[in-house]
Amino acid sequence: MPKIKAPARSPHIDMTPMVDLFSLLLTFFMLTATFRPQEAAPITTPSSVSEKQAPDNDLMTIFISKDGKVFFNIDNGKDTSTHFRMKLLEKIGEQYKITFTPKELEKFGTMSSFGMPIKDIKSWLNEGDAKIREKLQVGIPMDSTDNQLAWWVRLARLTNVSAEVALKGDAETNYTVVKKVMDLLQDNKVNKFNLVTNLSKDEVLLKDVPK
Amino acid sequence: MGEIIQEEKGKKGGKRKVKKQSTRIDMTPMVDLMCLLITFFMLTTAFSKAKVMVITMPEKDVKDEPKNKPQIAANRTLNILLTGGDKVYFYQGLADPKKPPLPELIKSDFSKDGIRKVLLLRNKELFTKIAEYREKRLTGKMVVADTTADNAIKNFKKEDRKGPIVLIKADDKTKYKDIVNIIDEMAICNIASYAVVDLSPVEIEMLKNAPK
Repeated sequence: MPKIKAPARSPHIDMTPMVDLFSLLLTFFMLTATFRPQEAAPITTPSSVSEKQAPDNDLMTIFISKDGKVFFNIDNGKDTSTHFRMKLLEKIGEQYKITFTPKELEKFGTMSSFGMPIKDIKSWLNEGDAKIREKLQVGIPMDSTDNQLAWWVRLARLTNVSAEVALKGDAETNYTVVKKVMDLLQDNKVNKFNLVTNLSKDEVLLKDVPK
Repeated sequence: MGEIIQEEKGKKGGKRKVKKQSTRIDMTPMVDLMCLLITFFMLTTAFSKAKVMVITMPEKDVKDEPKNKPQIAANRTLNILLTGGDKVYFYQGLADPKKPPLPELIKSDFSKDGIRKVLLLRNKELFTKIAEYREKRLTGKMVVADTTADNAIKNFKKEDRKGPIVLIKADDKTKYKDIVNIIDEMAICNIASYAVVDLSPVEIEMLKNAPK
């Protein structure tokens, strides 16, 4: 009987299905990607059982870092033509007699959270060096003599009337700072706060109820 | 790495065929690049959106005279006093310096058998009601929409006349996470009414003399 010769297999694998799948995944990720905005300070939020998701738009966020520095952020709104950030900066400029060039306004529109005295905003916007920019982020002053955070909140409320307020505080922040911010917000007729937290499941079942 | 296909030689050694060019393209670099990009996008995508805990504070009104303040039944009031370092104190009723003796502070903590037990014990009726309702939904005995269920639970809380009214008071040493923790406990124990308020001068004194 003649021997049956096994046909020589090509050492190459057909990669077409793999490539198909990869392109599909890549397209999916590229289209759904919303980039994590750069935050001014590292903040570890406390955890809670709340499963409510933070709204995507119309959100004004106040960041409170571990050392009590306060940062502010507001989004541009769902509709890209609203340009809430640009409008807000214009209003703040009017309030503090600072005029911003259209270029500066536009740049501010694309940025995210910030925290510095108003006089430093111009240099922050025009500075190219990331290290110097970071150094300028010293927190928004909120002393009783010149409460700039209050103006940011007030004018932001006027700019985007439907904006909700979120507080993102570090777990180790002193409550006095948080309270100061909350009081300030309440003075501006904000009574509903969204406290940003991490989800950590913790449930009490019926059988756990003490008798 | 071009694909080389070995052509079968004609058995009878006829004409030499022109060597056929392979139609396959080497896809390895493309796959490499795609892998890289997918990894990049997967890592940068903010998949888990931030969760928020909603808290509504009582409206501040300067004109509000003390006499217009809502009267709270003393026997339903549970005061929780927070001070730094995972310590929780609570007392029942009102601390009025004009009406001694002052209530005694009881020490507790954030553990399962700490303040949660106290809250659950006092809020047993409402908690059981809501927990049973949720269980019925989970086990499929009752099929209702999420919003209906939320409203029903809200109504349970509104109708509650026995559970405690919790007043959360924090001193200067309190950390933000303690406040979040205690509000979280309220959510876990289904407390119907609670508020974050300021410490009164008497309570500051009481905290100073509190058991360590």
